[in-house]
Amino acid sequence: MPKNDLIGGSLWEQYSNKVSERMNNPLHRGEILEEEAKALGAKLIIADWGAEACGDAVRLYWAVDTNTDKIIKATFKSFGCGTAIASSDMMCELCLGKTVDEVIKITNIDVEKALRDEDGTAAIPPQKMHCSVMAYDVIKKAASLYKGVDMESLEDGLIVCECARVSLGTIKDVIRINDLKTVEEITQYTKAGAFCKSCIRPGGHEKRNYYLIDILKEVRAEMEKEKTQKYVEPKDFKSMSLVQKLKSVEKSLEAEVKPMLVADGGNLEVVDIRDNEGFSDVFVRYLGACRGCPASHTGTLYAIQNYLNEKLDKSIRVFPVE
Amino acid sequence: MERVYLDNNATTLVDPKVKAAMDPFFCEMYGNPNSLHTFGTETHPYLRIAMDRLYTGINADDQDDIIINSCATEGNNTVLKAVYFDLICGGRKNHIITSQIEHPSVINTCKFLENLGVEVSYLPVNKDGIVDLATLKRYLNPDKTALVSIMWANNETGLIMPIKELSEYCKGNGVLFHTDAVQAVGKLRVDVSEVAVDFLTFSAHKFHGPKGVGGLYVRKGVKITPLLHGGEQMGSKRAGTVNTPFLIGMGYAMELAIQNMQYEEMVVRKLRDKLEDAIAKISDTEIIGSRENRTPNTILVSIRGVEGEAMIWDLNQQGIAASTGSACASESLEPNPTFVAIGINKELAHTGIRLSLSRFTTEEEVDYAAIAIEKSVKRLRSISSTYK
Repeated sequence: MPKNDLIGGSLWEQYSNKVSERMNNPLHRGEILEEEAKALGAKLIIADWGAEACGDAVRLYWAVDTNTDKIIKATFKSFGCGTAIASSDMMCELCLGKTVDEVIKITNIDVEKALRDEDGTAAIPPQKMHCSVMAYDVIKKAASLYKGVDMESLEDGLIVCECARVSLGTIKDVIRINDLKTVEEITQYTKAGAFCKSCIRPGGHEKRNYYLIDILKEVRAEMEKEKTQKYVEPKDFKSMSLVQKLKSVEKSLEAEVKPMLVADGGNLEVVDIRDNEGFSDVFVRYLGACRGCPASHTGTLYAIQNYLNEKLDKSIRVFPVE
Repeated sequence: MERVYLDNNATTLVDPKVKAAMDPFFCEMYGNPNSLHTFGTETHPYLRIAMDRLYTGINADDQDDIIINSCATEGNNTVLKAVYFDLICGGRKNHIITSQIEHPSVINTCKFLENLGVEVSYLPVNKDGIVDLATLKRYLNPDKTALVSIMWANNETGLIMPIKELSEYCKGNGVLFHTDAVQAVGKLRVDVSEVAVDFLTFSAHKFHGPKGVGGLYVRKGVKITPLLHGGEQMGSKRAGTVNTPFLIGMGYAMELAIQNMQYEEMVVRKLRDKLEDAIAKISDTEIIGSRENRTPNTILVSIRGVEGEAMIWDLNQQGIAASTGSACASESLEPNPTFVAIGINKELAHTGIRLSLSRFTTEEEVDYAAIAIEKSVKRLRSISSTYK
């Protein structure tokens, strides 16, 4: 465990100054009344997300100019922890002056980035990213109300990790492409599971439809299955790998050559096999009576090579070694 | 800015008198008590006094053991694992009973033992937040149950469990009984001669002693396999060099706590009640647990429409230290299990905040806190989307 993690209680120390300031004094808190929206010549949208019993609830108010689809005022109310309040406040700021289509693209990660004091240093600790997800969801809700469409139609695919907005498709692709074998690797590659950790396995902070461990298991199983299906027996000796070549040479020698040598009190072993400019060079060592027998370098050797050429492939050459 | 510490169930300030009493044992009388020379032996009279104070503090018999260790977590681990080694391994018993509102050092040790094949029952609490005898009776099986472990007082609510009743029932059925008395010792009268407990754990830093030292009471004749094997300290029941200054500090802290018991019961309770009354006046707040059946220093309150972490953040901005069991305030995002178990209202797991006083809390501090709390509630409710 990293040195800094051994002493706990650092939750608040990891909040950026911007987060603290907005927790203490959110600039866009409050509601927009119907009359106010009317005075602005705008349409009032009120979107709710979450519930007190779940620990997080947010209400987003928009005054939208119907001619331009631009959000001219955005405020919020929130039952939530400090980071939820700060994220909601920043979310409102990011909505201002943008069209509804533009704000749909805002993610919780955009909100987090806007709350950073400096690039490269996260505004909130990983487990609190979860709280900023509310901002993302409530924007979608508000946009769907304004457009009079289903919220689902604004979603881009099945989201597995709400905190890091990682879709099922992305996770499956990353596992395949990078041959990932552990959940930790998925997190390293995608950030999925890095924050509230609910999506890693059942029993976390929140119940999910998909869990990383299940997805990993499923994709790995698919990959294994594909692997075994993909293995096709090579048609001829030339297209074999060295291992297969060695195996088939030994098999052939065992079948007919060795018994003959053994009958004369000798034997041989295959020492190596190498590919050499279109030839397969087989190196053999004679044993027993074959050692020192003059024929072993002439007649017997040719007989063995001819036998292999005939049985397996013409490209085989046999060389004796000491 | 004013700074008010209202998180005394988490830890307490070391009484300056205790600190002074510990001081000579760092640079002057620093010998190892197990040494034969004077450097070692000159500590003995002080250690004996400290042990006397601890025995007197909980009214233990001289034939009983109070094993000095590093903390209540160690004490709780020792008991649960000793019962596993001594009674469950190779024995016919294979069941431990505890409750859903125990400290993590009990719950997580039980979960560890479950992985080793032990059957564990986690008793629910009744509507008043109490582990009652009727519930225990339903789960206890004299043939199978090796140990019952129920805390004396709960750290979140301050609610006091019927330890006398529960322990006597266990004794009558030949089942060992352990109580984690961390929140009781120093706040309530804890007398082991009046209850039938076989093991009792406590920790110095909850009663104005130093952190990192605690005690485990073991009734005479009850076997306990040590958690730490090694030297012959503590009668070979807990190896490791005796922490002289901390043991002496704990002994003195215990004596002072006993001397101040009356003050705790009268003055601290009065201050607590004053603060509680002020909070109860704020609309839509709910105090958890009856006043009479709580440690005199603790308030757990659910404030509707106000999330717990936001509340303690806001109080901290005003210099007040409080705590919450809200999921949002934990590193793991898990709500406090006690809050969930009590379940008095569903929002408690997100809205509960705990204020805990000590004999060092002043009336001015309580008055300041009452105003600050009202201010924070007002501000957070003005932002809240769930409160009208």
